[in-house]
Amino acid sequence: MNVIVCIKQVPETTEVKINPETNTLVRDGVKSIINLFDMYAIEEGVRLKDKFGGKVTVITMGPAQAEAALREAISMGADEGVLISDRAFAGSDTWATSYTLACAIKRLGSFDMIICGKQASDGDTAQVGPGISVHLDIPQVTYVKKIEEINDNMVRIERMTEEGYDVVESPIPFLITVVKEINEPRIASLKGMIKAKAAKIMHWTAQDIGAEAQNIGLSGSPTNVVKIFTPIPRVGGQILKGDNHEVVEKLVQELKLEIT
Amino acid sequence: MSIKLILDKCNGCTLCVRACPFSAIAMVNKKAVIDQGICNLCGACLPACKFKAIVIDKVPAQVVKINLADYKGVWVFVEQKKGKIQSVSFELLGKARELAAKLDTYVGAVFLGNQIEIEAQELISCGADTVYLAEAPQLANFQDEPYTKVLVKLIDKYKPAIVLCGATFIGRSLISRVAVKINTGLTADCTALDIEPQKKILLQTRPAFGGNIMATIVTPNHRPQMATVRHKVMPQPLPDKQRKGKIIKEFFHNDELHSRTKLLDIIEEVEGLVNLAEADIIVSGGRGMSGQDNFKIIHELAEVLGGGVGSSRAAVDSGWMPYSHQVGQTGRTVSPKIYIACGISGQIQHLVGMQSSKIIIAINKDPDAPIFKIATYGIIGDLFEIVPALTKRFKEVLRR
Repeated sequence: MNVIVCIKQVPETTEVKINPETNTLVRDGVKSIINLFDMYAIEEGVRLKDKFGGKVTVITMGPAQAEAALREAISMGADEGVLISDRAFAGSDTWATSYTLACAIKRLGSFDMIICGKQASDGDTAQVGPGISVHLDIPQVTYVKKIEEINDNMVRIERMTEEGYDVVESPIPFLITVVKEINEPRIASLKGMIKAKAAKIMHWTAQDIGAEAQNIGLSGSPTNVVKIFTPIPRVGGQILKGDNHEVVEKLVQELKLEIT
Repeated sequence: MSIKLILDKCNGCTLCVRACPFSAIAMVNKKAVIDQGICNLCGACLPACKFKAIVIDKVPAQVVKINLADYKGVWVFVEQKKGKIQSVSFELLGKARELAAKLDTYVGAVFLGNQIEIEAQELISCGADTVYLAEAPQLANFQDEPYTKVLVKLIDKYKPAIVLCGATFIGRSLISRVAVKINTGLTADCTALDIEPQKKILLQTRPAFGGNIMATIVTPNHRPQMATVRHKVMPQPLPDKQRKGKIIKEFFHNDELHSRTKLLDIIEEVEGLVNLAEADIIVSGGRGMSGQDNFKIIHELAEVLGGGVGSSRAAVDSGWMPYSHQVGQTGRTVSPKIYIACGISGQIQHLVGMQSSKIIIAINKDPDAPIFKIATYGIIGDLFEIVPALTKRFKEVLRR
């Protein structure tokens, strides 16, 4: 079972502070981590390898420091890491990002499955996974909470829905995006960390993956940001005062009109 | 592709420094300097500069030149489950009407399913001028591939200017595929949609970085302009049963309806409970519930209010509630009319999942809990006394 896991390095917290004087994001001291949903993707890939053999390749698109995310994935049990990094990728929206990752996956050669986290915590779009599957023309199953069974040419999967879940069968190769329920990511072992430190990370540029200039970065992005602004922050209202009986009565009166 | 500063034009006004959300611009000797390592070419500085001193060179995109004027109409992808139209689709029809009026065009509803024609009038009542109806046994339930092929074909045929879709499990899976397939832009989870009066393009505003920043995004050169919107963000329009519209039936070959994946079963776990996405009221419990059995009082209050039951990550990780009820960054994002947080301290990861609720009520014994900073009404006290008392009083007041 050859698994490719796509990950993204994101700021550790979404609590981005804004410098009120310059109205810019304060980035100092904000640690970069692997996007949380991608941790479940890595774990699932490693579990499948442990069960069926094969290898896990982790890829990411990002600046040079994203190499740290790949090493962390290797410390959890992934076999190799590929960093796709090029100034030409700057300004990519989800169309261009999924195209770029798909180009890199094509260069990697044959695989059985691709696993992505359901979405990244900084962008929250959930669009890149499906985009990759379209660029590669392979079936997709999103919001996967369980892989029930895999055999030589078929996989049976549980896909989360608003009401419960669907059971879906897909031929191999395929792409899934995973939710938190699928597993509990392991803590890297000391052995894993030593391996990760020594691992050689492949660096690929736009040219290496054969990406066409008009399809990457800003040029390959149909969407443009035209304005960025700070929303009026939500402020707390009133604390209801009094004994339990009084506060309950106040709240019921306030909400009565909203409910009926 | 690169960003450049034309030194002669820069007068050191610092407007671009303020506009840059990434702190990539600094002033050196009264001229702006762009840190190429930090800049991600978002372009926010371009309109900020009054002197046109900043330029971004773009490799000319060699997309097939399309005639933007050929694209007309505001479409809504209508989501149905077992033939029942999901509320978010009606909410989008209301918004589509408003946008269509500004563009002087029509509202289209794309309705896929099996034996669903009887529901089409409801779409017209809520604002659709034309319903594109695709019925087939293979379309009865959502499947990625046939739904994508049908939608792509209809967009090619009728060329809508705008396509809106609910940011649901189905919508996000489907519309992401459609946008890549037809080579256009897609903006997720928009909280505001409007038409730019001069160019008549769609202004799509969405939160980024957990709502700390709002970004307005456009799709200038590709069509249709596509956006998803979450449940409850747009108000539901009042239906007008007298409204007239037309229904166009669309037919597809079997190979167009083929799916490589097979849907084997649909399991409903929340039968009897209100689905969180559709809930007007959500009662949520956190670490302060201190045990699985105690969630009984949360369920009771939710039932009296006709609401859904939510939970913080702490309660899910402790095994008190199933993951499908988790609200927050690694769970679901909701925006009900009323969100009642019981024993939830209000970590940022929880807040990003519920802070767009209209009214937030926090019940917590810790007066310093961060949840009180955003709560419309706060109650400092013991939830084990207050929640049952609320249930009792609401039962009387609402006569339920």
